[in-house]
Amino acid sequence: MPLLEVTDLRTSFHTRNGVYRAVDGVSFTLAKGETLGLVGESGSGKSVTCYSLMGLVPQPPGRIESGTAMFDGTDLLHCSPAQARAIRGKRLAMIFQDPMTSLNPYLRIADQLIEPLLIHEKISRPAALARGLAMLEAVGINDAAQRLQAYPHEFSGGMRQRVMIAMALITRPEILIADEPTTALDVTVQAQILELIKKLQQEFHMAVIFVTHDLGVVSGLCDRVQVMYAGRIVETADTRTLFRAPRHPYTQALQRSIPSLQPKGRDLYTIPGLPPDLSKPKAGCAFASRCAAVTDRCHATDPGLLPVSAAQATACLRVQAQEI
Amino acid sequence: MSSPILQLNDVQTHFPVESGFLFRQQTGTVKAVDGITLSVQRGEVLGLVGESGCGKSTLARTIMQLVPTTAGTVLLEGRNLTAASAAELLVARRDLQMIFQDPFASLNPRLTVYATLAEPLLVHRVVPPEQVRARVVALAEKVGLSSQVLGKYPHEFSGGQRQRIAIARALALEPKVIIADEPVSALDVSIQAQILNLLAQLCREMHLTLIFIAHDLSVVKHISDRIAVMYLGKIVELGTATDVMERPRHPYTQALVSAIPHLDPDLQRRSPRLILAGDPPSPLHPPTGCAFHPRCPHVQTQCRATTPPLQLAEPERHVACVRLNEI
Repeated sequence: MPLLEVTDLRTSFHTRNGVYRAVDGVSFTLAKGETLGLVGESGSGKSVTCYSLMGLVPQPPGRIESGTAMFDGTDLLHCSPAQARAIRGKRLAMIFQDPMTSLNPYLRIADQLIEPLLIHEKISRPAALARGLAMLEAVGINDAAQRLQAYPHEFSGGMRQRVMIAMALITRPEILIADEPTTALDVTVQAQILELIKKLQQEFHMAVIFVTHDLGVVSGLCDRVQVMYAGRIVETADTRTLFRAPRHPYTQALQRSIPSLQPKGRDLYTIPGLPPDLSKPKAGCAFASRCAAVTDRCHATDPGLLPVSAAQATACLRVQAQEI
Repeated sequence: MSSPILQLNDVQTHFPVESGFLFRQQTGTVKAVDGITLSVQRGEVLGLVGESGCGKSTLARTIMQLVPTTAGTVLLEGRNLTAASAAELLVARRDLQMIFQDPFASLNPRLTVYATLAEPLLVHRVVPPEQVRARVVALAEKVGLSSQVLGKYPHEFSGGQRQRIAIARALALEPKVIIADEPVSALDVSIQAQILNLLAQLCREMHLTLIFIAHDLSVVKHISDRIAVMYLGKIVELGTATDVMERPRHPYTQALVSAIPHLDPDLQRRSPRLILAGDPPSPLHPPTGCAFHPRCPHVQTQCRATTPPLQLAEPERHVACVRLNEI
């Protein structure tokens, strides 16, 4: 049985300019201990998917229109606030892109770090501090005992992200959702943080949902990858298959537009056009207007995400019909 | 080789750090750019790489004379910009233009695209007033914008489109040198590729000299002829782009190259990665000797004492490392 099973999640934002369908029918499962990559460009709905699971979608203007997210017998989207509180922040934790803004500048690291423990576990403050200290050491912060008494501004970006990770993992969650955790960091620091997440995941036996726009980050870290476009999953496969034999035209195009794979001096491959306006849903495949393999059918029929081989599912009519 | 279009001689840009409430005193100095000597050839694309805080943006602003230079000279076709008067600078800026990272912040939200593109033409009186419109339309077309969008305001465009407007504005005066400070960092991969293609194409067509600043090595490698790697205000390695990427000599460049995530999952899991310990040092309290020594895997006693100069290590390759021949 999967640890988390999301079925037909639909989240939209009701604004004065119309209804934006940010997540438009997303279904996936996450197994125990698995690392799942969620890849897509800005506005593809990858963050909103995670925010929906964590109950962080501001309502209004956001609204979870439909769907279920079963985690150990509880539907995260429809459970009582008390049930949700018992799970979120304890068994399901999240780290964010910007470690500069996601720590409270007025509180010492110690207070922020042990807050989840004090809330979720019957534990004394000294015992919680001892666990906080051990956790800070586990994420590789030197002089952890002194650093506990410091404020966030005394830390560098990479150190703050380490503190965020310590805070998320202190309750030993079963699932960690990491939303672009290395995007704001320098390359050499990014390599450190990725290595840390990998190491802690093995130590803690937890599942990770890793959200990123960087395909390179995914290839080293994830077991399985889901590519999102315009609020939907367009392709999912194990990492090797997705990188070696992508089937969906969008996945192929995305890989081809990365500079490091292309011969120098020649023009980079580009995807023509722009992502669709999510407030004006059109019939058919959302990628049709930018797709190189488009046919008339693509503009009329909505492709479902169907398996095309044992390890791969693709939402493309032409792939499903084995035409491309 | 002909004479370089841009020549930097031991350029230093330092910022004073002040503290105190009533009686402000200078308590320190941030050496953002600390002794850079560099020459850029006509028609060349020079990539400038480094992590945040290494001084690459300050170097760009120093060349543009947007910040005062502490010492050294910046020569544009032999004219010394650091000693130029305001009037001379205005003339020089016709040949020297800049594109900024954030197209959401670098365009005036109250000006239409037309007004944005016409402004430099009017300020510098490049063409008679009746020809301005035709020039603006031509500029917009050059960067792939249709003339129908000229009446729109920046907020009506996506990030990639705005960056096109910013590029058109930089091209308006037909400059000889363009400095692009992280022009694609704020954009998505597919849009990034479009803008990189546009820049490469414009360089070819207009024989531009481009200084391209980025922290993403694979982007820099693609567009540049030569790469300069910066660390804490200094250039630590300089060489031809493919060569530096394939055979980095400085330990810092080696770590940077190794930190680029591979796209092939098997390759990535097999190749051991060189992971640096620690964070980039604070420019307020720079380490003694070689600035990289606290993070360097090959550090020795002499590294803590002497600052290595950037010297010729092999043809077309400069490296600043004392242990160069041993590692």
